Amino acid sequence: MLRLACPICGLRDETEFTYGGDATLVRPAMAERSSEAWYAYVFQRENPRGPHREYWHHQLGCRQWLVVERNTLTHEIGETRLAREVAELTPEVVK
Amino acid sequence: MTAQRLPNGGRIDRASTLRLSFDGKQILAHPGDSLASALLAGGHMLVGRSFKYHRPRGLFAAGAEEPNALVHLRSGERGEPNTRATLAEAYDGLVARSQNAWPSLAWDLGALNQLLAPALHAGFYYKTFIGPFRGTGFWMFCERFIRKAAGMGQAEGQEDPDSYEKVNAFADVLIIGAGPAGLAAALAAGRSGARVVLVEQDSLLGGSLLATPLGESDHWLQETEGELRSLENVRILTRTTAFGAYDQGVFGLVERVWDHVPEPPPGQPRQRYWQVRAKEAVLASGAIEQPLVFGGNDKPGVMLAAAARSYLNRYAVLPGRQALVCTNNDSAYGLAFDLLRAGAAVTLLDLRQQVPQGLAGPLEAAGATVMAGHGVLAAKGRARVASAMIAPVGLDGRATGATQGLACDLIAVSGGWQPALHLWSQRQQKPVYDAAKGCFVPQGSVPGLRCVGAAAANGRLTDVLAESFAAGAAAALACGLSGDSGAPPAAPSVSLGDDWTSNVHPVGPLTKADGKPLGKAFIDLQHDVTLEDIDLAHREGYVSVEHLKRYTTTGMATDQGKLSNLNALARMAKLQGKEIGEVGTTTFRPPYTPLAIGALVGREHGLHFRPTRLTPIDAWHRENGAVMTEAGAWMRPWYYPEAGESLGQAYRREADHVRKHVGLVDVSTLGKIAVQGPDAAEFLNRVYVNGWKTLPVGRLRYGVMLREDGIVMDDGATARLGEHDYFMSTTTANAAKVLAFAEQLLQTAWTDLKVQVTSVSDAWAAFALAGPKARDLLRALAPESDLEPEALPNNHLVHGEMADVPVRIHRMSYSGELAYELYAPTGFARQLWEAIIAAGRPFNLKSYGTEAMGALRIEKGHVAGAELDGRTTLKDLGLEGFASKKKPFVGEVLRQRPALTDPARPSLVGLEIDGEQGALGGALLFAADGPTVGHGEGWVSSATYSPALGRNIALGLLREGQERLGETIRVVDFLGGTTLKAKVVSHHFVDPEGARQNA
Repeated sequence: MLRLACPICGLRDETEFTYGGDATLVRPAMAERSSEAWYAYVFQRENPRGPHREYWHHQLGCRQWLVVERNTLTHEIGETRLAREVAELTPEVVK
Repeated sequence: MTAQRLPNGGRIDRASTLRLSFDGKQILAHPGDSLASALLAGGHMLVGRSFKYHRPRGLFAAGAEEPNALVHLRSGERGEPNTRATLAEAYDGLVARSQNAWPSLAWDLGALNQLLAPALHAGFYYKTFIGPFRGTGFWMFCERFIRKAAGMGQAEGQEDPDSYEKVNAFADVLIIGAGPAGLAAALAAGRSGARVVLVEQDSLLGGSLLATPLGESDHWLQETEGELRSLENVRILTRTTAFGAYDQGVFGLVERVWDHVPEPPPGQPRQRYWQVRAKEAVLASGAIEQPLVFGGNDKPGVMLAAAARSYLNRYAVLPGRQALVCTNNDSAYGLAFDLLRAGAAVTLLDLRQQVPQGLAGPLEAAGATVMAGHGVLAAKGRARVASAMIAPVGLDGRATGATQGLACDLIAVSGGWQPALHLWSQRQQKPVYDAAKGCFVPQGSVPGLRCVGAAAANGRLTDVLAESFAAGAAAALACGLSGDSGAPPAAPSVSLGDDWTSNVHPVGPLTKADGKPLGKAFIDLQHDVTLEDIDLAHREGYVSVEHLKRYTTTGMATDQGKLSNLNALARMAKLQGKEIGEVGTTTFRPPYTPLAIGALVGREHGLHFRPTRLTPIDAWHRENGAVMTEAGAWMRPWYYPEAGESLGQAYRREADHVRKHVGLVDVSTLGKIAVQGPDAAEFLNRVYVNGWKTLPVGRLRYGVMLREDGIVMDDGATARLGEHDYFMSTTTANAAKVLAFAEQLLQTAWTDLKVQVTSVSDAWAAFALAGPKARDLLRALAPESDLEPEALPNNHLVHGEMADVPVRIHRMSYSGELAYELYAPTGFARQLWEAIIAAGRPFNLKSYGTEAMGALRIEKGHVAGAELDGRTTLKDLGLEGFASKKKPFVGEVLRQRPALTDPARPSLVGLEIDGEQGALGGALLFAADGPTVGHGEGWVSSATYSPALGRNIALGLLREGQERLGETIRVVDFLGGTTLKAKVVSHHFVDPEGARQNA
């Protein structure tokens, strides 16, 4: 079982969270019409061995979406941040 | 000669006598005994029959690694198969029976399997059942006989009357194992002020010290335990096994709280599953002595030297009077001394060419015979050891001289030791082979997990204490606790020969000069895997250790190779001409020892398996005769039978009643989400396919939303309550999914939108009032509200008050009738419901359940869960018209993928079924005259009897369905074996113009 440090609630058991998939992907803007862009966002995934960024949803807690750095090889957990803050810091997010 | 209880000594309470029963025979024991020690004290050398060959087996070990003495403990509903007799504590009235023997342990017909031994080799199943016979028929025929003949115990198949529970715990330092290493670590961590949890699988603390002669270490143990118990920050869990090590310092423990009494006291759990989150952990799990491989090494009377020492010193049971001790290291010398003192004759065969003079000299002086460079080639005797064949052996274990017989009744063996690294390995670690110590040792670090003592392959007690104490202090420091730990405890003075690490010489199997064993030599006692099986697997090309393991099944029994892995690997390495370290090890996984599923389940079974959700008026439904049904986690009224009605009669009456009069249904299970904020309309515009910017306050609108991939996700009505305040409803099943998706979009992508989404499902009760008399009834209930069609047309809402309850009245229809949804705060739910029921009497109001609700919506052609099945598109469901062309929405681009726009896709149609028999959901649709092959041209999604039409109808998805209205097709139910005829029609069966709902 993993333990994740929710920025709002502190260190909590994995069972309170729902895995939310790859957090390195950037959702295309609503106006995006290219099916390739949406195809890549919805279906294309890297499967990295080592450090990775993932979404976790604190479903049984504060209901915040988090971006968690997890090593897929060792399960080591790195930085955990609110997805909202990460998204606001990411320049390529087209609003 | 058999084993016997000595008149004095042992760590048992001779003041009282316990009466146990084994296979119906009475066994006497004392408190402090295990079932195993009591059996041995009673002279029961034969305790089980082996897995495959049904060979007689005796006690081989004294702890968790015992491979032979698996017994069925207790009987009836409390019976538990495959229990290690070595771990079962003796109590008065204990009942146990042997397994895998018929008609009795002594006369086991299964032993005839030994005659078949040449056929029961490695890969027996594959070769016999896969090769010569086509298909699995022959295997399935034979399987039941094989399962009966080979195998372990049998579960009782009765419900366990005892309870189990779960505990969540936190610790600074978790210490696994309370031998000298664990105790020293606990002392250091405890003194520093850390919250310590000390776990010991035994009922007593002390580990290996409990097997040393009485008096040597008892005082030390008493003092150490006394100090630990005086520390309030140290929790000691005995009878507790740490079975699993997980990420981030999470450990699984199981505490056998009341396994040592006949029945747990009232209200007490039999076992307790601990989930411990530890900042730091110290693994002091000790080491497991390894057997020697020679002919007949499984006979009763052959046992591990450490086990013999434990029986002798802890339980005062002399396992044999004429003992042969065979060892490749120093540790067995202690046993030899103790046996001599207890009056046994001892011959010690040291496999090393040079015996350690400091040990061998005093031993010979005490009266033992010590033979350097000698080994035991075979144990002889029919049901138990009566003699041994011994010979001088070389460095490779092969005999180098003449074999001679030696009478003996005990063969105590030590083939070196293997640190119990299971928990460490579970953290994705591979131990490395240390040739000097003859075992796999931990290498590399697991964050927050320190191996100490024998688990780290440290042998000398003084070193172990110092090193473990330092590790305990360091673990506490790592938790930020720098309290003074003081000095490490002085070591107790134990006998010579406790160190197995400094002078060990693994020799491999002890064989004749030609390398062949003298008789059947076992690698894995519990799974009956022999040396020949390993050799055969090698000849057949199994070079990977993981393949060899599965092919021969070595290490795959309930002991998971605790006594067999090392010997199997050594043999494999030898055959491949490699070093043991090059062959590698298999992977350890939890649990360390077998675990009762009940302990993991705890109280989460039956009704407590998952939460049950009840609507706010659940009690009313039950008080008024509703038959309830499960809808996901919810319990909902299914139907309200009158005077002996069946389900079919009741729902037809209820649905008919709604169309003719008025009915009331509890729809509180609907998902309800408050969508609030200045950008709420923009948010709805993006998640729904239809437009929301023009919806005025006081209006509501049906909406459909897609998944990111363009498939329909959910539908429902959303009302605009205020300028920035929307009230979204979702289907019961998708409430959580829709909310999580909305939160994901708002928090990961649309962070610029000022919108808050909140689940208010539990805050609002929702009742639907439907039928031509619905408005008349509402007028009576809410005389203050203007409910006239001009003031409150369909898809409008108004705030009102009924029976002193504030109520929001949404005019909308699911049944197709004139209908209203009434929303009230949950706390007023029953007050409102009862007021409606009371006011409804003059209008002939009746409550209806989910079955009638389903019938009404199918008649109306509304989609529900069976149609929103995660495969259907807007077009498939006839909802294409809702999709806005003026704005982008979630799923808009990907819904236009070629596969989703294929005109041949199945689309929603109505089916009028011929005849009295209705269709079943899941039945397949075929053309009237086409072939009945494959998955057909579509399927039935929902089916009902329609009171309004007086016939059976269904909704289904049919290939090119909209082009085929009027066609007759076949509805085939392969499970029930029925074929019905149906006419394809529009799915709007009743009132397609909507005159009734807009009345």
